[in-house]
Amino acid sequence: MSETHEGVHRHPAPTGFIRKYIFSIDHKVIGIQYIMLALAAVVVGMLMSLLMRLQLSWPGTDWPILGTLFPTGAPNGVMNPEFYLSLVTMHGTIMVFFVLTTAPQGGFGNYFLPIQIGAEDMAFPYLNMLSFWVTLVGFIVILMAIFVEGNQGIGEWFATLGPSFAGGSGTVGPIGGWTGYAPLSALGKIAGPGQGGGMNLWIISIAIFCVGSLLGALNFITTLLNMRTKGMTLMRMPLTCWAWFTTAVLALLSFPVLLGGGILLLLDRVANTSFFIPGGLYVSGLLSGSNPNFPLHTGGSPILWQHLFWFFGHPEVYIAILPGMGATSHILATFARKPVFGYRAMVFAIFAIGLLGFFVWGHHMFISGMSPYSAIAFSVLTLSIGVPSAVKTFNWLGTLWGGRIRFTTAMLFALGFVSLFVAGGITGLILGQSSLDLPMHDTYIVTAHFHLVMGVASIFGMFAATYFWFPKMFGRFMSESLGRIHFWITFAGVYAIFMPMHVMGLMGMPRRFSQFTEYNFLVNSSGLVKLVTVAAIITIAVQFVFYFNVFWSMFKGERAGENPWEATTLEWNTPSPPPHDNFAGVLPVVHHGPYEFAVPGAPRDYVMQTDVDVEVPSGNGHNGKH
Amino acid sequence: MATMVSTRPVRSTGAGTGPKVPGPNGNGSKRHDGFPDPDANWNRYRIGMWVGLASVAMMFTSLSSAYIVRSASSNDWAALPMPGILLASTALILGSSATLEVARRKLKAALSVPYTKWLFVTVMLGLGFLAAQIFAWRQLAGRGIYVASNPHSSFFYLLTGAHAVHLVGGLLGLTFLWLRSRRHVIDKTLIARRKAATDAVSIYWHFMDALWIYLFLLLFLWR
Ligand code: HEM
Ligand SMILES: [Cu+2]
Repeated sequence: MSETHEGVHRHPAPTGFIRKYIFSIDHKVIGIQYIMLALAAVVVGMLMSLLMRLQLSWPGTDWPILGTLFPTGAPNGVMNPEFYLSLVTMHGTIMVFFVLTTAPQGGFGNYFLPIQIGAEDMAFPYLNMLSFWVTLVGFIVILMAIFVEGNQGIGEWFATLGPSFAGGSGTVGPIGGWTGYAPLSALGKIAGPGQGGGMNLWIISIAIFCVGSLLGALNFITTLLNMRTKGMTLMRMPLTCWAWFTTAVLALLSFPVLLGGGILLLLDRVANTSFFIPGGLYVSGLLSGSNPNFPLHTGGSPILWQHLFWFFGHPEVYIAILPGMGATSHILATFARKPVFGYRAMVFAIFAIGLLGFFVWGHHMFISGMSPYSAIAFSVLTLSIGVPSAVKTFNWLGTLWGGRIRFTTAMLFALGFVSLFVAGGITGLILGQSSLDLPMHDTYIVTAHFHLVMGVASIFGMFAATYFWFPKMFGRFMSESLGRIHFWITFAGVYAIFMPMHVMGLMGMPRRFSQFTEYNFLVNSSGLVKLVTVAAIITIAVQFVFYFNVFWSMFKGERAGENPWEATTLEWNTPSPPPHDNFAGVLPVVHHGPYEFAVPGAPRDYVMQTDVDVEVPSGNGHNGKH
Repeated sequence: MATMVSTRPVRSTGAGTGPKVPGPNGNGSKRHDGFPDPDANWNRYRIGMWVGLASVAMMFTSLSSAYIVRSASSNDWAALPMPGILLASTALILGSSATLEVARRKLKAALSVPYTKWLFVTVMLGLGFLAAQIFAWRQLAGRGIYVASNPHSSFFYLLTGAHAVHLVGGLLGLTFLWLRSRRHVIDKTLIARRKAATDAVSIYWHFMDALWIYLFLLLFLWR
C-alpha cells in the first residue's frame, strides 16, 4: 500500500564493533548512547536526592559509609551542611543538564527525527557523533568535580593546574546550586568549602556541555529543514518533530548566552577580572584587596550573572519539556485512535511557548531589586505563556475526548505527563506574579513547582517515549505488567513527594537548607518531611523495576513487528529495529498528515502517511474542521 | 467522534495544508522527478552554516550586553587607547573578504587555477590579520595592560580573543578548501559539493569580517 523511491545512502553500514557501537555515526546508535548517558546520570542524581532526603528527615544520624567515603564532608558519618549543599548543587546540575537535556533531545530526538521525516541519517553524521562525545566529556568533568572537592589528595594535586584549581574541601563537589550565583561562585577557594577547583570544573563542564548541545541543535535544525522526504511538507510532520525542532532553536539561541556568561565567570576566578565581583566585598573575614589570596576587585555586577544565567535558564526548562510535549501528543493520538485535536494550534502553541520563553527570564529575579515596572512586564509576559500552555492542555483533552482509548503503559505515562504538567503549571501562575513570588521565592513552593512541571513531567514524557518506541528500537516489547507496576507506584510516589512540599513552602520552609529542626515555625513540619522521604525511597526503589524491564526486555521481551501499535508515522514503515540507513535504500513517499486515525471509509481505522489509494476526507486529521 | 464526520470527501493532499501534488521533496529541490537533487542535497552546508552563525551571533550578543552593562555599572572603567595596528588588522580582514569573493566567482566560472590562487591569498591575509592581533596584544601587555588591569582591558582581550578563536576556525576551513582545490574534480555531485563548501566557508568568513568591524566599533566608540 505504499510507494517509495530510491534513496542514496551516504555512508555504508560499518562492520567492526567499535565503528558500529562506540564511534558510530549512525543517528540511531548515537541516540541510544545519549539515552544510556542519561540513564547513568539519573542514577547519580537520584542517589544524591536520596541522601538529601535522609539528611533532611534524620539530621545528625551516623551513616557509616558516608564517613568512610567523605571523612571531611561527613565526619563520623554525620553529614555537615556544606556536604548537603554540594549534594543540592550536583543533583540539580546533573538532573537538568545531563538527564533532561540529553535523553529527550539528543536521545529520542536523534533516534526518531530522521526516521519520522524520512531521511537516512542526520544532515551531518560526524558532527552528530562529536556532539555526543563532547557531551560525555562534559559529564566526566562534572564527575571529576566530585573527586576534586571531595578528596584532599586529588584536590591538592589539582592545584598544579593553577592556584584557583586547588580543591579538597571535603564536600561532594562545588557549592553554588545549579544556578551558580555570583559573587560567591566567582571568588575562588577563599569563599569557603566547595568554592575551589570543583567550581572551576563545574563551569568548564557546563561550557563543554553548551558546545555539545550547540552542535546537536545545529544538526537537528539543518536536518529538519533539508532532509525531509518527498511529500513530507512541514504541516505533515509529526508533532514530535515540531517539538524537537523548536527545542533545537531554543538551545541554539540560549546556550551561547550561558557559554558567554560561563567564560566571564571563569575569568573572574582564574584571571582575577571583575565582571561579576563588586567592590568592597567582605568574605570569610577578609576584605577584598587586603590579602594576597583575595586581590582587589571593583565595580563588577553580580546581577549581570543572574541575567545571563536566566536568559538561558528559562528557555532551558522548555528545552527539557518540549520533547515530552511532542511525545505526549504523538502517543495520545495513537492510543486514543483519534487525530490530534487542533494540529495547527498545537504547532503554533509550541512556537508561541518557545518564543515567549525568551522574554520571561526576569521572573526568576523578582527579589533581585529590579524595578517594579520591569517586574510587572515580566509578570505579564510570564502569565501570557499560560495561553499556549492551556491550548496544549485542552487539545490533549480534546484528543482524548470520545476516543477508543487503549491503556498501554506508554499511554498511562503520557496521561501522567498531562496531569503533572497541569499540577505543576498551576503554581507557575502563582509564582509568576511578582507580588506573590516575593514571599514564596526560595521556599519549598518553588521546589515543588519546578520538580512537578519540569523535572518529573519531562521524566514522564521520557518514560512514555521509552515504552512506546522500545519495540521499534529493539524489536521487542517491554513487559506491560512490570510497566504498570512502575507507572502506578511512580505516579502516586511523585505526587506524595512533591504535593506536601507546597504545604512546607507555605509554612515558610526555605530551599537549600540542610536542616529544619532549629526553627520554631517549622516544628510541625517534621511529619511531612519524613513522609516525603519515605515516598522518595519507594519511588526511587521502583525505578529499578524500570531498569530491569529495559535490560531484560532487550533480550527476552516478546517480539514486536513493524507496526505493533497500529500507528501512522514513518518510523512504523520500516523493520524493528530499522536497518542502518533506516529504509533499506528506498525512501518512503508521504501522502497524508501524521495522525489520520479513524478515517471514515478507510480499510483500517488508521491511514499511514505512506498509504496510497486511500481517500482521507478533508475534515479528518489535523486541520480539525468539523 | 463528531470530528470524524465529513461532508465532501476529496483526495487527500496533505489535509488542506500541503501543496496539491506530493510536494517538493524536503531537500528544497525544485525538481519533481529525481531524488536526490545534488545541489539541493549539498544545500545543507549553507543552511548549517547560517544556523551555526546564529549561535555565534548570540554568544557575542551576550558578551556585548555584558560589556554595555558593565561599562555603566561603576566608575572604575578606564578606556584603553586604541592600538594603531588594529587599523591594519581591519584593512587586512576587509581585503581578505574581497579576495575570497573573487575566489568564489572563479569557482562559479569553473576556473579552478585562479580559484586556488585567490584562496591562497585569502589565507595569507587571514594569517596577517591574526598576526596583527597578536601584535596588538603584545603591545598592550608591553605597556603593562593585562586582562585584569581594568574592565575595559578585560573586555578588550576577551572579545578580540574570542573573535580570534572563531577566526582560526575560519582559517582552517579556508585551508581545507585550498588543499582540496588542487584536486581536479569533474563529477557533478562533487562540483556541487565544492561549491556548497566554498559558499559555507565564505559565509563564515564574511561574518567574521563583519563581526570584527562590529567589535572594533563597540570597543573604541562605546567607552
Ligand atoms: C526522585 C525524585 C527527586 C527527589 C526526591 C528530589 C529531591 C530534591 C531535593 C531534596 C532537592 C533540594 C531542595 C533544597 O534543599 O533546596 C532538590 C533540588 C533540585 N532538584 Fe530534585 N529531586 C528529584 C528529582 C529531580 C529531577 C527529575 C530533576 C530534574 C529537573 C530535579 C532537579 C532539581 C533541581 C534543579 C534542584 C535545585 C538545585 C538547586 O537548588 O540548585 N530533581 N531535589
Ligand atoms: Cu522561568
